[in-house]
Amino acid sequence: MDLFLHQVLAGLATGGIYACLALAIVMIYQAIDHLNFAQGEMAMFSTFIAWQLMQWGMTYWVAFCATIAVSFVAGVAIERVLFRPIRHAPALSHIVVFIALFAILNSLAGSIWDYNVKSFPTPFGSRSLIGEGLMSSHDAGMIGVTLLMLVLLYLFFRHTRVGLAMRAAAANPESARLAGIRVGWMNALGWGMAAAIGAVAGVMIAPVVFLDPNMMSGILLYGFAGAVVGGLASPGGAVFGGFAVGVVENLAGTFIPYVGRELKLTIALFIIVAVLTVKPAGLFGRNIVSRV
Amino acid sequence: MKQDTSALTKQATPGTIARIPLTTWSRAIVIAGLVVALLPPFVAKNFVVFQLTLALIYAVAILGLNLLTGFNGQFSLGHSAFYGIGAYTAAILMDQADVAYYWTLPAAGAVCFVVGFLFGLPALRLHGIYLALATFALAIAMPQLLKSAPLEPWTGGVQGIVIIKPEAPFGLPLNADQWLYYFTILVAAVLYACAVNLVRSRTGRAIMAIRDNPIAATAMGIDVALYKSLTFGVSALYTGVAGALGAIAVQFVAPDSFTFNLAIAMFVGLVIGGVGSIPGTLFAGLFVLFVPNIAEHVSKGLAQAVYGVILIVVIFVMPSGAAGFVRMTVQRLARAWR
Repeated sequence: MDLFLHQVLAGLATGGIYACLALAIVMIYQAIDHLNFAQGEMAMFSTFIAWQLMQWGMTYWVAFCATIAVSFVAGVAIERVLFRPIRHAPALSHIVVFIALFAILNSLAGSIWDYNVKSFPTPFGSRSLIGEGLMSSHDAGMIGVTLLMLVLLYLFFRHTRVGLAMRAAAANPESARLAGIRVGWMNALGWGMAAAIGAVAGVMIAPVVFLDPNMMSGILLYGFAGAVVGGLASPGGAVFGGFAVGVVENLAGTFIPYVGRELKLTIALFIIVAVLTVKPAGLFGRNIVSRV
Repeated sequence: MKQDTSALTKQATPGTIARIPLTTWSRAIVIAGLVVALLPPFVAKNFVVFQLTLALIYAVAILGLNLLTGFNGQFSLGHSAFYGIGAYTAAILMDQADVAYYWTLPAAGAVCFVVGFLFGLPALRLHGIYLALATFALAIAMPQLLKSAPLEPWTGGVQGIVIIKPEAPFGLPLNADQWLYYFTILVAAVLYACAVNLVRSRTGRAIMAIRDNPIAATAMGIDVALYKSLTFGVSALYTGVAGALGAIAVQFVAPDSFTFNLAIAMFVGLVIGGVGSIPGTLFAGLFVLFVPNIAEHVSKGLAQAVYGVILIVVIFVMPSGAAGFVRMTVQRLARAWR
């Protein structure tokens, strides 16, 4: 039982990372109705920007805020330059552009900042809070930041005009346009916000997994899994899904004998698929009823 | 995610170019293409012939994916797994049981058909992005399963299996690469002919009806569940046969050749060639094989970035892939030059 609790706690700590990224993924999904495969690489690139700013002598929080601003602008720019011109192309073509973006960002970061692993500072310290290195103060801080972002997003989407307009533009572009909402700019805003949230996620994750151009490769998969399990329509679900994936992954590694360690990721993914077969729209997703 | 493929597979409006009907043109192009395809071993170096063989193998694998995504509207990021199963089936049969290489193809096809059909059953519950995640799990699991200890006596674990390239039979004056090229062309021609006929048949229309409107398809008496699973199986069969051919061509299988990256490459090929276009997959095979090499040639350090830029440019120029581009050009020609 003790082991079980420990593993759940450790799972929650890693789950915080996935929850962070899952949140960014859901955000962009809500704004553009696609899963952005380049989300992890965008976050990685933002994290490098933060690192570079700190190398140039900025303090942590100044660099943090500057990075968020830069990422927001970059996200808007990506939408305007890359996706605006092909908005009438088939959905699958968009996914290829995501893949292209992934390749470009990864390769650029590698050539600018090289592939050596860099350490990244944390504002929360790294003392052990509970047990032997099960959850550090940084893990707790990261979970706190994720939950704070979630609350802010909730307030933004529920209680501001822009938030409402964004939801309308994503849910029904034609009607939203008739109601006077500039759908194109709402999409761009969604991209900007997703990039900014991705930047926060990246900066929070980097002290744990260290900074290098491939830092997101494993995490992105879990982030996706978390987002999909929680239901892509619900930011809260995404955060829950991220934590759930972290815990399931850890428990599978510990308690399933023999294959557990080797096939940790596989087992986690198969549990997710099993959940989806029972609840095809994710745990917190709503089944969308469409008119025939 | 919307599956916007219906517009892509509509037949071009029948017309003429230079007073010759388009159907005649397309037949002439197919025959000319086959003749041209027979030439490389006489004019090109062995390595080029080998690369063309691989491109053709990728084309067949992408054809399998296209049958599923382009014609049946089911999304898959897991076809690298079927490619891997096909490759390992062939390698294990040749390595452990000394089966002749040509018999491994039907075996790989059969195994993949069964696996694909069974995977298609739970996939029935999932749509769009959720199906993508399920197939993605398959792609991630495959290399790990192939490496895992219980299967090691057959798969050779991380080491993989080395197999021997077949020699030309009947004393034909061809070396192994040249013979394999012709063998691949033969297999591919059969598979492409079957795919064309499948798509044009009653079954093919049922498959496409499910993509365009599942509810209407059900109302017309199509067994949606059965056809979707069967399409999954057939799609896996094509990709599996391609995997077996690939294993024979590179003489080697190892778990890390069949990662998610392969699935991504196949998906990119599918879109660049044209979703729902059978001839487009040939272009896709060439693209998947040669463009990464070209990118590396342009800049070693930034090869991935160059590749990404090429992808974006191609999508900007041909938003619905090579097939859509050709169709548009043909329509313009037909209008301008009756």
